[in-house]
Amino acid sequence: MSLVREADYGTPARSADAEVRLEIDGHAISVPAGTSIMRAARLAGVDVPKLCATDMLEAFGSCRLCLVEIEGRAGTPASCTTPVAAGMKVSTQTPLLAQLRRDVMELYISDHPLDCLTCPTNGDCELQDMAGAVGLRDVRYGADGENHLDEPKDESNPYFTFDGSKCIVCSRCVRACEEVQGTFALTIDGRGFDSKVVAGADEGFFDSECVSCGACVQACPTATLAEKSLIETGTPEHSVVTTCAYCGVGCAFKAEMRGEEVVRMVPYKDGKANRGHSCVKGRFAWGYATHKERILKPMIRAQVSEPWREVSWDEAIAHTAAELKRIQAKHGRSALGAITSSRCTNEETYLVQKLARAGFGVNNVDTCARVCHSPTGYGLKTTFGTSAGTQDFDSVEQSDVIILIGANPTDAHPVFASRMKKRLRQGAKLIVIDPRRIDLVRSPHVAAAHHLPLRPGTNVAVLTALTHVIVTEGLADEAFVRARCDLESHAAWAAFVSEQRWSPEALEKTTGVPARDLRAAARLFAAGGNGAIYYGLGITEHSQGTTAVMALANLAMVTGNIGRPGVGVNPLRGQNNVQGACDMGSFPHELPGYRHVSDDATRATFESMWNVKLDAEPGLRIPNMLDAAIDGSFKALYVQGEDILQSDPNTKHVAAALAAMECVIVHDLFLNETANYAHVFLPGSTFLEKDGTFTNAERRIQRVRRVMRPKNGYADWEVTQLLSNAMGYVMAYRHPSEIMDEIAATTPTFAGVSYEKLDALGSIQWPCNEKAPEGTPVMHVGQFVSGRGRFMLTEYVATDERTGPRFPLLLTTGRILSQYNVGAQTRRTANVAWHDEDRLEIHPLDAENRGLNDGDWIKLASRAGETTLRCKITDRVAPGVVYTTFHHPDTQANVVTTDYSDWATNCPEYKVTAVQVSPSNGPTQWQEEYEAASERARRITQSEAAK
Amino acid sequence: MTRVYTPADTLAVSLGADAVAQALEQSGFEVVRTGSRGMAWLEPLIEVDTPGGRVGYGPVAAADVASLAPVLAAGGPHKLCIGKIDAHPWMARQTRITFARCGVVDPLSVEDYLAHGGLRGLKRALEIGWEATIAEITQSGLRGRGGAGFPAGVKWKGAAEAKSARKYVVCNADEGDSGTFADRMIMEGDPMALIEGMAIAAFAIGASKGYIYSRSEYPLANATFEKALCAVRAAGGLGPHAFGTNHAFDIELRIGAGAYVCGEETALLESLEGKRGQVRAKPPLPVHEGLFGQPTVINNVLTLATAPWIMAHGADAYAKLGSGRSRGTIPLQLAGNVKFPGLYEAPFGLTLGEIVNDIGGGTATGRPVRAVQCGGPLGAYFPPALFDTPYDYEAFAARDGLIGHGGVVVFDDSVDMAAQARFAMEFCAIESCGKCTPCRIGAVRGQEVIDRIIAGEDGAIALLEDLCRTMKLGSLCALGGFTPYPVLSALRHFHEDFAQPRTRTKVAS
Repeated sequence: MSLVREADYGTPARSADAEVRLEIDGHAISVPAGTSIMRAARLAGVDVPKLCATDMLEAFGSCRLCLVEIEGRAGTPASCTTPVAAGMKVSTQTPLLAQLRRDVMELYISDHPLDCLTCPTNGDCELQDMAGAVGLRDVRYGADGENHLDEPKDESNPYFTFDGSKCIVCSRCVRACEEVQGTFALTIDGRGFDSKVVAGADEGFFDSECVSCGACVQACPTATLAEKSLIETGTPEHSVVTTCAYCGVGCAFKAEMRGEEVVRMVPYKDGKANRGHSCVKGRFAWGYATHKERILKPMIRAQVSEPWREVSWDEAIAHTAAELKRIQAKHGRSALGAITSSRCTNEETYLVQKLARAGFGVNNVDTCARVCHSPTGYGLKTTFGTSAGTQDFDSVEQSDVIILIGANPTDAHPVFASRMKKRLRQGAKLIVIDPRRIDLVRSPHVAAAHHLPLRPGTNVAVLTALTHVIVTEGLADEAFVRARCDLESHAAWAAFVSEQRWSPEALEKTTGVPARDLRAAARLFAAGGNGAIYYGLGITEHSQGTTAVMALANLAMVTGNIGRPGVGVNPLRGQNNVQGACDMGSFPHELPGYRHVSDDATRATFESMWNVKLDAEPGLRIPNMLDAAIDGSFKALYVQGEDILQSDPNTKHVAAALAAMECVIVHDLFLNETANYAHVFLPGSTFLEKDGTFTNAERRIQRVRRVMRPKNGYADWEVTQLLSNAMGYVMAYRHPSEIMDEIAATTPTFAGVSYEKLDALGSIQWPCNEKAPEGTPVMHVGQFVSGRGRFMLTEYVATDERTGPRFPLLLTTGRILSQYNVGAQTRRTANVAWHDEDRLEIHPLDAENRGLNDGDWIKLASRAGETTLRCKITDRVAPGVVYTTFHHPDTQANVVTTDYSDWATNCPEYKVTAVQVSPSNGPTQWQEEYEAASERARRITQSEAAK
Repeated sequence: MTRVYTPADTLAVSLGADAVAQALEQSGFEVVRTGSRGMAWLEPLIEVDTPGGRVGYGPVAAADVASLAPVLAAGGPHKLCIGKIDAHPWMARQTRITFARCGVVDPLSVEDYLAHGGLRGLKRALEIGWEATIAEITQSGLRGRGGAGFPAGVKWKGAAEAKSARKYVVCNADEGDSGTFADRMIMEGDPMALIEGMAIAAFAIGASKGYIYSRSEYPLANATFEKALCAVRAAGGLGPHAFGTNHAFDIELRIGAGAYVCGEETALLESLEGKRGQVRAKPPLPVHEGLFGQPTVINNVLTLATAPWIMAHGADAYAKLGSGRSRGTIPLQLAGNVKFPGLYEAPFGLTLGEIVNDIGGGTATGRPVRAVQCGGPLGAYFPPALFDTPYDYEAFAARDGLIGHGGVVVFDDSVDMAAQARFAMEFCAIESCGKCTPCRIGAVRGQEVIDRIIAGEDGAIALLEDLCRTMKLGSLCALGGFTPYPVLSALRHFHEDFAQPRTRTKVAS
């Protein structure tokens, strides 16, 4: 095993139709016009010394090491900033250049500490490499000159340090912050010799606008910016390319290791989703894998009132299988169910649903996508024929106008947000439709052309009004509609949206969006070139979530924005593998590949592969399972990698349902909130400890590679297999690749997928089959998967959740950058330094009416329940709207949310809850009782047997 | 009422011109504030009209007004009278093209500007069209007066041919070279020539917006120029239909914050964009990707202010002046230890000796001239042995010197050239933007190495020479790249100031 070393071509690739031929040190080479001499040289196998250049950043030309000589041209131009020209003859090695490079390096070293042996990046330092490359042997300036050796260290960031004494002022960090991340937190302060890198207005990294994405650390050629984990552990000796387990962007990382210890996670430039970028979570927040609260031994108990008893794996599996069989015998097959995890691999998810359908003999399987993107699957399948986003992330580089609705990518999908911001800085226009003034509405060098601050719950009204404007003002792409869409559905739809009641003026009162702004936004989207739609849970988590997804599909079709790069309808997926979990047949009505369980042919495929008879009736969805538990007909639940108690709506209802079950099996890393009601705890493995695949928001299947042995003993797929075998349904996979082979054999969209091909190509976007052997970056090219695109009528029906005198405010929820979902992982990392509690955002007007000051404890009450948290007064939210994150269990945000849900998919209406906010002086009774109960439920007795 | 022309030029004002103007007004004269004629030793120089032309008096103090009052109406004799301005030997020998109106006209009067030939160039440019205009500028041989000497017509052509919906004309008025003041004098004495020149460039390349980037150290010039912009705008010269055409054009004055390096064109563009004044790597050239990434012509004040004359009088009239590849006139700025400091416009080709001795009259102290620094703080020092060098771009380059912006600073024999060499490094260190290594670190090390040489370490001279080569060939822009000129020229021509023991006896100054 060795370190994966990625080539650095010095400057970014250029794409141009014209090729330019030139000669570098006698090597003939042909490169696209606009390529730098430096890059061309590297492509020709000639390494030109460099320090300020790296191919993640545009050329800067400051270090002056890469000087070359060009025949017929005066001077010694920098090869990074000089583009190639036809017939050019370049020399990169001449006596003059050698002299100049040595003398420049001598200047560098005259202001650099000579402590290489004790430096954390010893052996991994470009300055050190270059000093060697240019043959520096002497620093004639001596050691007494003016210098920066006493520059202070900034150790304020939890994950990396800035050591000013080692800085060579190449500006790579500053440029990475600007060009790659787009935050503009870093700058060079002072001039000349006093130039130095500062964060923000020199308040240190932690207190600045820095979002800790790590781009600067990655860009730094010296030890100036270095990971604390690297400083503590030492340089890595091998690395493994794998995929991040946080959000649905699916960043590829190199796990850089010393033996079984992670030294650092470094974003992988060949990652097609992230292109070498990262965020604070994937880059740094992996410490939960070794957190002391992680449970490594199986545990069981007869009653949830008892303390946990640690047992051996054998005992745990035997006990669990026995319990499940007992319940099955007593209450019937339908008393059992399973929940697959969007955090686990495709292979693991596939096995869990297989266990339910084939092992339990019932289609009672659901997944956490139920509570996030189930409307996406249904809505896009109905209109386009496929339950997935239409584009790859690269597509955004060709967008001209972008609608962002119900998504906050700078917090929730930061790496994609950076790619979008880059495009916006190049001039693309942005329309934000969101109740909150999210960062993208206005942040450095990015400003939305329109922000439509709609009232929560009125997405469908706003989207229908947008299409009303497009249709009635003659802005529709008639040619596209005629060529590609179902004309009957279009005619009905066009007549429907043309109705006066959908005009922006008529809806202004309902939506709160000024009609003039809405019309302007519609015109911009219809006429602004390539139009792309990106959306998140602000679309789906509504009683009309599915309708809103269909409205987005209508909008894309009527403007002709489907089927080529730069356009499309793009759900930003919340979890690393929510797309995959859906693909793998996690829904009670669908077998892998979104095929209905009632379809005989599909069932026959699986019946012969699985050697069982499958139920043709859809099983229970999560809310149905919970309801059935309270009714007494549902008794046992296997939950892999999801904390339904914290993440599902109406916590009290969930708690009651769990309490009513006889066997709750939690398979997770930590004793999560659901585990408080569990009878069996099976320790889970982290993404670092297993092989498999994740599928990201762009349908990209990427490999997850094991970098260490499972600390709990087994990868999750192995646990599921053990349980299945113990129940008598035999599974005999030796490696997850065999599971993927089975998926490929049974699921047409995955027909061409194999680990071998994934290793060869790096990643594959499904569908991957005979027609698209290397996958499908953009869908619906030339023709919709369903043939013709189908327009759906999108009648706006206001949610039943309405404000009134008792609950006059609307609560909506979301994520923050440093934390992830229920926080089980991120709360167990240093990320808590940024966000150690959830706060309720409230408009100054609403705060004043209630006598609230910033930071006050408040009671947040809805008809479902009440909780307390502290408030933050801000005009990011409009009057009448309040907002909170839900990362901390003690916030109990979902005690407040209701059980209203999407009409088609039961996706909960998290985004609209009528609430009242009032001053409070402490936790609610529920919170106090819950905390006490949690503490009791988490007691563990260590047994001799397990030791 | 007798009209008295009294300069409002910064130099004249600093020598009491405002008090003189006030005293004149109190004595019942009509005072017209003008720019300066450029005879610095005569400021404040006041002028009155006579049938035979303007008669001048200077240097005038407020206290002189009482004795002047009786003679001014007729331009009569007085101990301060210098006679007819045009006949003054210092003026008579000049070829005033760029500075033809400076000191003559009321800089804020559109009528005055028109009466003195203003807008003739622009009118002709509009008549003959942009291609012919650019051809005319090219044919005139006009080169960038900021110092680089790049042919203006070629630059304009590049920007004219660049395809973009938006283009810019930027005037570089960040006149930071020590001993130079020509840009300021134009802004104070004939700002409308600059406005006209920018408009000609704008029409030629298809720009609708111009910026002039000036310095905070020039408050009077900035105020005058802003007023001139208002006057031209009010007269319809700037706006949606500039000068009665269908072209939109307007100019915005922006003030720098004191960084010398912002006179470097790409750093200037960064600064104009609101960013840190840091040099950009070239290519891309500003004509392709300049201000806000759009095609941009960026020219010095003198270049742009000369364009109207060329367009009015034809390329040949300009091109027939000068020497070698340096065509037309150069506004020389004599400063330092010189008897007759000031602005002297003459065709290229005078020898350095003629400039220093004949025009400048030698040193002000009367001691022998020892060194002349040409082209600003980054220009080479020339000893009298090189006084036969003709003043043109190529002749100076052949002797490792540069013309720069036309500054000529004279030193007598009391100068310590090792200290001057050190000062060049110090200047570079202070003004470096910090982007490239040779300049950022090299200038600091340069001071230290020269200190070692001064302290007697002869061996350090080789290191200084290596460093100068690194800075010259390795620096990103002319700041670091030209700092070796003063250093190496001092080392070469005045070696005795560096050698040990320092052989030259110090002259008490």
